[in-house]
This record gives sequence, C-alpha cells and structure tokens, in this order.
Amino acid sequence: MTVDLSTHRVLANYLGRPKSLAEHEVDFGPSARLALSIEELRRSGLTGRGGAAFPTSKKVEFLKDQKRSTRYVVVNAMEGEPAAHKDRMLLATNPHLVLDGAMVLANLLNADMVLVCVAREHTSTIAIVDRAIKERGPKRLQGPSFELRTPPGRYVAGEESALVNWLDNNETLPTYRPTKPSTLSIGRGHVLLDNAETHANVGLIARFGADWFRSVGTSSRPGTTITSVTGNGKASVVEVPYGTPLRSILNGASINYTPRAILLGGYGGTWIDGRHLDVGFDDDSLRPLNAATGAGVIVALPPASCGVAECARIVDYMARESARQCGPCAFGLPALAANLDSLARGQGSPGVLARLSALCDEIDGRGACRHPDGVVRFLRTALAVFADDFNHHAAGHPCHYAAVPPVCYIPHRADIKDLEWE
Amino acid sequence: MRRTVSFRLVVDPIRCDGFGHCLELAPELVTLDEWGYPILHSEPFPQSDRELLRSAHLAVRGCPRQALSLQKITNVQER
Repeated sequence: MTVDLSTHRVLANYLGRPKSLAEHEVDFGPSARLALSIEELRRSGLTGRGGAAFPTSKKVEFLKDQKRSTRYVVVNAMEGEPAAHKDRMLLATNPHLVLDGAMVLANLLNADMVLVCVAREHTSTIAIVDRAIKERGPKRLQGPSFELRTPPGRYVAGEESALVNWLDNNETLPTYRPTKPSTLSIGRGHVLLDNAETHANVGLIARFGADWFRSVGTSSRPGTTITSVTGNGKASVVEVPYGTPLRSILNGASINYTPRAILLGGYGGTWIDGRHLDVGFDDDSLRPLNAATGAGVIVALPPASCGVAECARIVDYMARESARQCGPCAFGLPALAANLDSLARGQGSPGVLARLSALCDEIDGRGACRHPDGVVRFLRTALAVFADDFNHHAAGHPCHYAAVPPVCYIPHRADIKDLEWE
Repeated sequence: MRRTVSFRLVVDPIRCDGFGHCLELAPELVTLDEWGYPILHSEPFPQSDRELLRSAHLAVRGCPRQALSLQKITNVQER
C-alpha cells in the first residue's frame, strides 16, 4: 500500500479521473483473494451509508440464516436524491474499491453475481463502472461475476425494494413489506443490497482490519462518511470522520457564511437552525435535534433566502416523484404542494398553516414505503425552523427574498417525465 | 405464564384503492381520510371482543381489493 489514508479513506488519492485496476492495486494492494470474516465485519461496526445506518454485519448474518441461499449482491449507486452526488464522486475516484467490497461480501455469502446499479441518466458514471468491470475480466474461477444495471433514475428508484423490484421485473415501484427485517429476492435468489460507499468501506476493512477502521469516527458510528454539501451554488463532496462538527464540514466545502438553516438527510430529511454549527455530524449528536446523518446530504441555506419558496419547490418535486401507488401519498403530497405553492406566491390565508399541519398528520406513516413520511418530516421541521417566513407569508405579506433565485437544486421539469414508470 | 391474544386490522396501502367497503363493514375500526382511504385504528383489540372480531373478519372478506388483513398479536406475560 502506498496511499495515505489519514485524511481521506474511500476517497483517498483523487487523481482527477477514476483509477485503473493497476493504479488501484498500487494504492491499496492487490484485489484478488481479499477476504473478510463475519466476526471481523461485526467488530468493525460498519453501518450502511445509504441512509438507514443498519449494521452491515447484521444484514449479512440475517441472510446467512435464511434457508434459501443469497445469489445476488447489489451495489446501490442510484443516487436519486437531487442534492446528493457522493456515490458518483466515489465511483469517479476509487471504482475498484467499491467492486472489491462487493466481491468480499459476495464471497462471504457464496453469492455468484454482483449487480452494480447506476441511474440511466448518470452516463459518465455508467462509463466508469463499465470500464472497471471490463478491466476485471470475465468471471474468474473464484468469486462472483460483475454486471452493470441501469434503471431509470427516479427519486424512489434507489429505494431498496423499488430497485430490487426493477431488477426482478422491470418495475421501479416500492413494495409493501409489513414485517421487518424482510428479505429481498430476484427470482428465487435472495439479495444483499448496500450503498456503494458501504461496499467501499468493506473493501478497506478487508485489507486493513476492524481496529484500523474503528480508529476514527465515534464508537457507535465508526469510520468516515462522505457528505454531499450544497448551498453556495457549488456542489462539494467532503469525506470526514463521523462526529466532525458541521462547521468544519461546511468550511471544507468552502461555505463561508453562517447558514440560515441546514437541511440534513436530503429532501426527505430534517431542517435544523443554522446556529447549530458546533454539533457533531453523527447520529448520537444529531438525535437531540431530531435529525440524522442519513446518506450524508447537507444543504446550507444562505442567509438571504426564503424558506417557504424553497420548501414549496422541493415538496412539489417530491409530490411529482411519488410512485402514486398509495392513496395518502398520491393525493396527500399534491395537496401539500398546492397549499405551499399558493403560500409562496403570497396568496396565503391565516388557516393555511393549520391546514398544512393537519395534512402532515393525515399522511404520516400511511404509505408502503417511507417516501411520504420523509416529506412530512421535511415539512414539519421546515414549519418550525422557518416559522417567521411561514407566518409572514400566511399573513399575505410579500417576502423579503422573493426575487432571490432559489438555492435547493431541483432537476429540470422538462427532464422529468410525468407518470411514466417502467 | 399467561398468553393474551389480540388483533389489529392492517391495510396494504398499495392494494387499497379507497372503495370504502371497510367503513361499511367495520365502522368501529375504520375512519376514512379526506380522499376516501381508510385510517385503521392502531390499538389492537382483545380476542374476547367477539363483536369487533366479527366486524374485522367481514371487512377482510368484503374488501374488493383484498387489501385488508387481520394481524394476530400474541403477548406472553410472566407471572
């Protein structure tokens, strides 16, 4: 190994282009014959980086205990969240680290196939993954074969049941799973699905061990996390140990203002007040603020911006991204969006805030997946953090910052086909 | 050891199309939201409540989308 892992781990030694297999093996050591025991994985304390923070070892053990064997390991690099871009950055830096981790997990479960999933719209990432897989050559005697899959990039397409559903029968629709933990399957084979960053960390733990992995981060959330930071018109990716104060993450992303508010966990996440800059970025520190690290999405809203306008755009986007399978989501989210839209335009009425809260209560927890719950969480925390803005708008006053262009990135309307599902 | 069995009506929100038959068949367990989709009472009811159990069974059988099911909850209490 020649690479310096003291500041960056999964993003170590960025060359400005994805590393070839040869460069990767110079940096990290050989990929062949990498192995990891469940013991070591458990001791590392690795948790999923896709948002749910579920212990990876528990997932593997649960699948090992099943009667049917696990046939597929899925690398989730869909990144449907508009404010996230860390998985693409990871694959553009160390693609083989991700494939290493997937290979190690596949060998652990005797799975014979790794499916790397990248959204169809992310063409440059597709090219990177395609090249990396080809570099590894055809199926070796030992270890899984790799395949690239490119589902359509809708917001919920990266939700695990929706993604496996697409791999199984070409429908990017979430499924109803009342009992958890539940298994996902393609055909008759069980599936282990993890976020690309989780796989990359497995690739490191297999090389350097659990003790090395635990040497940074917090005891409950060891290791590093890649954050996607936006807010100043630029998108940055910052890899930091869990527990790093938000202030240093924002500094690392060269955000040089005190934000009005910070959105954590993406468009289904939590708004917190911009004063909380010294709180550590890990779930234990964020719990008192009812926030979580999620998939590492951080939006730092600049001081001159309108909370109502930002929320109206995001909720409208989330409503259009509903799979429209469940009534409360299909009707509830557009109702929220319509109320927010008139509020943002200054056509508010005094009753509209109560109406928004009532709609949130009506929708919460009533979908098959967590999409509607995320929107409700987003809006409830927005109503608290931007209380002044909302009251101002509800009283029918024009907003100070109505002319300021919105900050939060929304994919262009024309790029989103309405109600078209595969 | 004492075992208590209770039941709860649950809905598969993907299957449910808001026909509203459940409200007719089990009004004690169901309210409808403003779009006509059922909000089921989350509090389980005991097995001894025959009236409720009968209504719940009717609702499960009467749902045109077969979206409802009866969830059995067994609590074991140490004495």
